[in-house]
Amino acid sequence: MTTALVTVPPETKRRRNPKRQLTTRDRRSLRLSRALVWPALITAIVITQVPFLVTIYYSFQRWNLQRPGDQAFVGFANYAKVFSNGVFVESLIATVLITGGAVLFSVIIGLFLAVLLDRKFIGQGIARTLLITPFLMMPAAAALIWKWSMLDANVGMINWLFSLVGIPPVAWNTDLPVLTIIMVLTWQFTPFMMLIILAGLQSQSGEILEAASVDGAGPIRSFIYMTLPHLRTYIELAVLLGTIMLLQVFDPIAIMTRGTGGTKTLPYLLYERAFVGLEIGEAAAYGVLTVILTIIVATIALRLLFKIFRTEGAR
Amino acid sequence: MSSATITRRRPARQRVTSLAITVLTWVIVIGFFFPVAWMVFTAFKSERAAATSTPTIFTELSFDRFQEVLDRGFAAYLTNSLTASVVSTVIVLLLAIPAAYGLSVRPLIRSTDALFFFISTKFLPIAAAIIPIYLLLQNLGALDNISALSILYVGMNLPLAIWMMRSFFAEVPLEIIEAAQIDGAKFWTELVRVVLPIVAPGIAAAALICFIFAWNEYFLANLLTSTVARTTPPFLGSFVDGRGQFLAVLSAAATLAVLPVVIAGWVAQKRLVRGLAMGAIK
Repeated sequence: MTTALVTVPPETKRRRNPKRQLTTRDRRSLRLSRALVWPALITAIVITQVPFLVTIYYSFQRWNLQRPGDQAFVGFANYAKVFSNGVFVESLIATVLITGGAVLFSVIIGLFLAVLLDRKFIGQGIARTLLITPFLMMPAAAALIWKWSMLDANVGMINWLFSLVGIPPVAWNTDLPVLTIIMVLTWQFTPFMMLIILAGLQSQSGEILEAASVDGAGPIRSFIYMTLPHLRTYIELAVLLGTIMLLQVFDPIAIMTRGTGGTKTLPYLLYERAFVGLEIGEAAAYGVLTVILTIIVATIALRLLFKIFRTEGAR
Repeated sequence: MSSATITRRRPARQRVTSLAITVLTWVIVIGFFFPVAWMVFTAFKSERAAATSTPTIFTELSFDRFQEVLDRGFAAYLTNSLTASVVSTVIVLLLAIPAAYGLSVRPLIRSTDALFFFISTKFLPIAAAIIPIYLLLQNLGALDNISALSILYVGMNLPLAIWMMRSFFAEVPLEIIEAAQIDGAKFWTELVRVVLPIVAPGIAAAALICFIFAWNEYFLANLLTSTVARTTPPFLGSFVDGRGQFLAVLSAAATLAVLPVVIAGWVAQKRLVRGLAMGAIK
């Protein structure tokens, strides 16, 4: 969908062109390559791009499934309605808050954990294995376990821990829904952030750090002046990929709060309008707006991937 | 940090600091893992022992809750999940292996454009496509159909698989392929005999990621299936209805649903990172 919007840096565009004249064999080989890529390309277009184009078409229609005959082109009326009724702005704030909060916390904790795991200690391998588990866990199961086993007001483990130090029980789900969702998402995405940052740490040459240490730089100084700048690309990648995944998050909201208390993110709002309210036109407009929001983030992400792709010395 | 890894004798203070950091690390690790461990532990408890405000640790443990879950027809949901995951992963591999090969081993004019087109489809939120898909399936009478769900999972996982495999294919030395071509090896022989064995571990990792994502998927499954083709995640989601005692049996169901994928992920963890980072990291 974003191909037209992401401009390809010219220096990478024709890199793979053979400089010499194409021989018959080269041409045959090229034709074969195309034949290999086409099936996947067509599948991707049919399953993802075509429905999106139809969504754009729907977003210009007046169409409620409860009134089957009453369908007409209404121009930007759905968008005008979306922007004027206030639900959209509320939902946009919820989306930015939840996505931003979860990305921020999981990157910070992920960075911290990556640094801790980058040194040799007893059970290093096991610690890493245990840490990635939240990311592998089925999100629906994670949301349920957090809701009923960890955060329940009466029998939840967190409130029990609080009671040990004399903090009164908290009704997480009903009183602090946004924080609850952010907590669960942070728990789920921290391992992902950690793994990417850890890969960055391990790609740093030990010699430079050793030289810095010989020159008298302490571990904290060399971390701030040498390791952090080296990690920048990795942290950026973690933030962007995390943002793209979290913008689409649906499961914990559907299972834990059902969009109440300021947790109605754009995907949940669309779901509600389309499949509960049966307002196809309006819901489609939300869909298009979600895509625009994602494109903004994705364009930056693609640029970054391009940069890494290029420096990889790609063939 | 690296100074702490030097193994020769260090001053006592440094050793204490190192030990303190190790202890801190383990405390955090156990904190992160705790919900999972507690879920598995609760699954073996009785409902009464599970629903106490002060957690019970010394209590009778049994497999009864797992039996209860299976009595609720859980096996059928697991089978549906397995079908959707396996079918979609196989189709993804059939499409992605040749495509990744075409894009990396035999460079194509504009191959970067094609590559970035694929990844951009991964960035497309499912919200953008779901309404027409739902209406189409409804008109075709294909709601609550496991094949329809599998096909949608193909669209969901294909871009990631191509990206991930590209980064593994790109490591095949060109000389090997050229040597095979000079030998007069035909294309398919070349792909099957020469290239595939080299990239097999990468393909396995890509397959596993596709499987995990399909297995864990909730949104489409919840919306597009109801009784016949219901998969595990939406079933879990509808597990808690009344305010009765359900915590132990919910934990047992969640454990059964989560365990296979978690164990597979543990085994393949090193290669998984690369896939999740879209092959941008080695």
